[in-house]
Amino acid sequence: MSHVSVRGVWKEYPNQVVLERVNLEIPSGEFCALVGPSGCGKTTFLRMLLGEESPSRGSILLDGEPLVAEPGPERGVVFQRYSVFPHLTALQNVVIGREFASSRFLARLFGAQRREAEEEAKSILATVGLGAHLNKYPAELSGGMQQRLAIAQALIRKPKILLLDEPFGALDSGTKAQMYELLLRLWAEEKMTVFMVTHDLKEGFTLATRVLAFDKVRLDPTDPGAYGATITYNLPLDEKKARMAQAEAAAAEAVPAS
Amino acid sequence: MRRIINRRPGRGGVLFWGLLPFAAACAVYAVASAMRLAANPNDKLLPPLSALGEAIARVAFSPDARTGDYLLWVDTAASLQRLGLGLGVSLLIALVLGIAIGLIPYVRAGLAPFVAILSMIPPMAVLPVLFIVFGLDELSKVVLIVFGVVPFLIRDLAGRVGEIPREQLIKAQTLGASSWQIVVRVVLPQMVPRLVDALRLSLGPAWLFLISAEAIAATEGLGYRIFLVRRYMAMDVILPYVAWITLLAFVSDYLLRRFNSRFFPWMQAGKGPS
Ligand SMILES: Nc1ncnc2c1ncn2[C@@H]1O[C@H](COP(=O)(O)OP(=O)(O)O)[C@@H](O)[C@H]1O
Ligand SMILES: [Mg+2]
Repeated sequence: MSHVSVRGVWKEYPNQVVLERVNLEIPSGEFCALVGPSGCGKTTFLRMLLGEESPSRGSILLDGEPLVAEPGPERGVVFQRYSVFPHLTALQNVVIGREFASSRFLARLFGAQRREAEEEAKSILATVGLGAHLNKYPAELSGGMQQRLAIAQALIRKPKILLLDEPFGALDSGTKAQMYELLLRLWAEEKMTVFMVTHDLKEGFTLATRVLAFDKVRLDPTDPGAYGATITYNLPLDEKKARMAQAEAAAAEAVPAS
Repeated sequence: MRRIINRRPGRGGVLFWGLLPFAAACAVYAVASAMRLAANPNDKLLPPLSALGEAIARVAFSPDARTGDYLLWVDTAASLQRLGLGLGVSLLIALVLGIAIGLIPYVRAGLAPFVAILSMIPPMAVLPVLFIVFGLDELSKVVLIVFGVVPFLIRDLAGRVGEIPREQLIKAQTLGASSWQIVVRVVLPQMVPRLVDALRLSLGPAWLFLISAEAIAATEGLGYRIFLVRRYMAMDVILPYVAWITLLAFVSDYLLRRFNSRFFPWMQAGKGPS
């Protein structure tokens, strides 16, 4: 389970209020799209969910417990760029998650354990369509392939929450369509709660079961930093959720047959 | 006519233009030497190439009359040992402190200003202190090299660690990595080739400090020999020694570059045809 509660959260930097009075209840398994004008605090909000930043006021709870104040394996992340390790091949980039988990001192696996981790990583890489590029370095992959690698890498620790910050912002529209399909499939399979920042409203409505719009409701023309943004619209796309549930039920029925 | 910035030499052209300055320098030397010797057959300033060859044979391939040593090799071994020790110790210190300063905010707060000030002390100014504290033999020379290059290596490496995108460090944490695991799997492997590059830049200063220390107090070593024979204006020995030191520096730089491309292929990955 991964119910996220955001209670009266503010985020202030020395000369600026970025976010104010943010309240949210997100049930487990939702796909939330965060939209809003540039610079309104979407990334900041995501970084607070990640534990990289802490709220100035208020609290964020995960399943009723206060969020751990640093990033950890229960929350996976994909950034717009630089998410993968340039010195590791695609396969090593995914295996490393297992190595961090199972080898405390060397962070390396050997022998049977290694083969097992590699098999698991290979099947995840095959899922995201990188099965043929296991031994390439990130610099040898296209932008879309790097983002798919970043997603595969995040999935190996089976996070409860997946955070994505404009993950497809730098991709062309054909690649984007493939990525949407991939992300929706993985989301349905892994039953994660997803938060995705996007500046593309259409992308948000295409993918999400809930759209969260950030914007400023108060404005001081002499001091733009005086007031912060908050969630101005919280739109559950219920009819879409119902369709998703239907699709899931159909998939579940199909499993015994296969 | 195409612009000159768009015109490129071919394969043979690169070789030709590369060798030209060397050939020109040799020619200028030969002519100048011949002219001086024509005026004064005992001139010692620009000995003829044949005299250089004789001097090389004397110091490299025949035992010294007084000590029975093959001077060039004894000097080379002594100098390379000091250089190797000094640079090896420097690398270790820089690796530990550079990564710690670059990655751990408390260590950075504690040590970064200190290292910054330390790097401003002219190493040659403290050489007398080193001689007094560590004595006149090996240790003080090694310490001078360390003192001369380590602050640069630390600061360069700490800066490089700071340049690692924040996203990578966050990503590692979301994969469950501890600080130590981040060091061994994310930071260290990316920093070793950078440190080797910084070491290549440090070779020049390291030789400078080595030769200075040897010139002042030593009983063998390449720098010691040059400054010893200077008293007799023995240009026939000095010039081959300088050429030999240059060759050693060039070869070590080349080997370090090869080391990087051999063991860190990802640094070149995706940078055009390889
Ligand atoms: N570490 C920081 N210190 C000060 N101001 C910051 C910091 N991080 C972000 N900000 C400010 O917070 C505001 C929101 O930034 P961000 O969350 O990145 O916006 P976006 O919605 O485009 O992702 C911006 O005005 C930015 O300048
Ligand atoms: Mg942003």
